[in-house]
Amino acid sequence: MGNFKRNIFDYIIYAIIILVCILCLYPFIYVLSSSLSSPDAVASAKVWFFPVDFNFDAYKKIFEDQQILIGYANAFYYTILGTLVNIILTVSGAYPLSKRRLRGRKLMTILITFTMWFNAGMIPFYLNLRDLNLLDKRITLIIAFGCSAFYVILLRTNFQSIPEEIEESAKIDGANDLTILFKIFLPLAKPAIATVGLYYAVSRWNGYFWAMLILKDPKKIPLQVILKKMIVEMDIGEEAMQSADAILSLSKETLIFATIIIGVIPMLIIYPFIQKYFEKGSMVGSVKG
Amino acid sequence: MLTFDRMRITSREKGGWKKMSNIKISSTNKTTKIKKKNKHNNYFSELKKDILRDKYLYILIIPCLLFYFFFSYKPLYGLQIAFKDYSLFKGIEGSPWVGLDNFITFFNSPYVFRLIKNTLLINLYGLVIGFPIPIILALLFNEVRNKKFKRTAQTISYLPHFVSTVIVAGLVVNFLAPSGLINNIIAALGGNRTYFLTQPEYFRGIFTGMNVWKESGFGAVIYIAALASIDPQLYEAAVVDGANRWKQTLHVTIPGILPTITIMLILRIGKMLSVGFESVLLLQQPATYETSDVISTYVYRLAIEKGTYDVAAAVDLFNAIIALILVFAANKISKKFSETSLW
Repeated sequence: MGNFKRNIFDYIIYAIIILVCILCLYPFIYVLSSSLSSPDAVASAKVWFFPVDFNFDAYKKIFEDQQILIGYANAFYYTILGTLVNIILTVSGAYPLSKRRLRGRKLMTILITFTMWFNAGMIPFYLNLRDLNLLDKRITLIIAFGCSAFYVILLRTNFQSIPEEIEESAKIDGANDLTILFKIFLPLAKPAIATVGLYYAVSRWNGYFWAMLILKDPKKIPLQVILKKMIVEMDIGEEAMQSADAILSLSKETLIFATIIIGVIPMLIIYPFIQKYFEKGSMVGSVKG
Repeated sequence: MLTFDRMRITSREKGGWKKMSNIKISSTNKTTKIKKKNKHNNYFSELKKDILRDKYLYILIIPCLLFYFFFSYKPLYGLQIAFKDYSLFKGIEGSPWVGLDNFITFFNSPYVFRLIKNTLLINLYGLVIGFPIPIILALLFNEVRNKKFKRTAQTISYLPHFVSTVIVAGLVVNFLAPSGLINNIIAALGGNRTYFLTQPEYFRGIFTGMNVWKESGFGAVIYIAALASIDPQLYEAAVVDGANRWKQTLHVTIPGILPTITIMLILRIGKMLSVGFESVLLLQQPATYETSDVISTYVYRLAIEKGTYDVAAAVDLFNAIIALILVFAANKISKKFSETSLW
């Protein structure tokens, strides 16, 4: 009897979890199927799970639009270079702060963590960029968001968890702090750095707000800003619409869905890596009861 | 979060160490003035020695400090426009001081009540609905014995977190459009199509639902990690005492993750006034301002669309100060009642 009760309990839990998974996945399945269906089928609500009148027309149209390709290239540029700068600045802050002997360590830690709780806000930040003559420049997006206090502290904690004896013995062998960092600490902290780097990369790839405010030149804007125009404001790119004939005017929805899929794909490609480091680093030892 | 725990511990250690070294120094300079002078020199020569010893560390930290100087501290200087009648031509320094006029303008505006109400209500929805769901999800995952199933399900559940706000908002906009998926379902079931996003009464629900969908799976991760660190012996002891699974959850599991819950709650309260600004901006339409306009979106419109930087900066500053007070208050309360705190 007890066993039977326990089984029912288990089944209910499994059922709820499966339902959660369906809720998480179904929107993407629906969007994918719709983007591969004919505009007619989507408009008349025939698509529920599998594509109807399978075709790639929407994707062909999307890739005729120069702006999306430019946005794609820009997004890769900002993500790769930006993440690199993120990692450099974060290590630059985290490593010295992990040394208890460092004079002024406490003050510097406070100065950095303070920014987690209070910042000047959107307008002074924007005016500051303007005063530094950084508006509408690619470099701004890369350096103005170069470091996050949270990850500095995270990495610092990780460096501190590496035994000090290793450093001491390297010192006896005549190594200086930079050699120790590059030869010993960075290799040992690799999983942590990879995790932090992935988080930075995801937020770089996904960010749209400041890119929208800072960059005006269409040649410089990244994918998310274009996606915002297309799928949220439903303002499909001009090139795609100019060639629109009677049939294509129906296809706005399939175009939007295809755009969404294109925006999600890079994320899905690196998702297994996120997953791997996520489990390995599991928040880089920052989580405790 | 160990990060914060450690911060506390290390600062305590450092304080202790400093005290010890103070004692050492003071014992050496008990007697004459000459010795005191010597101590002074000692201090500086030691400081110089330490700095020279760690010169590479200081060089290494310069880029990071420069970043914070230019992009976190330098903007603080521009905050003064909150107390000025700012004009683009006169610049930050040239504009005349006006005291608290900008704050008064805000509090006299017809929208102030609506903005504060909307901000608080949207956050309250998020707190009441959005906060417990990740905990419940984590508890459910914790009961799953099949490791492979657990891992797969978990991976799927936090997928939405990594999708950009723009795309998630785009999904919501498209699904809720008159010809969208949700309306297709309603129509198939025989209901009437509604354009949800233009109706103020649906906005809070839509917004909360979107955030729950996007963040719950990811939010659960931190609790799952906390659950994994509960001592298995506690469960064994509970079983010996005859506790069933429900009782185990109630008396072992939940107390085990309570500190984590407290910390997450403090962090959540600290974000009460700013949370979800980008998604609100993406989802709201003028037709729904009645329920969807929050302080931060108002700041954005004031500054970017109308160009009244000074009032916008004042509103933002007000917002930031309240947020800071909230974090400190929540932290203090939690320290008092549960001995768990951020610092």
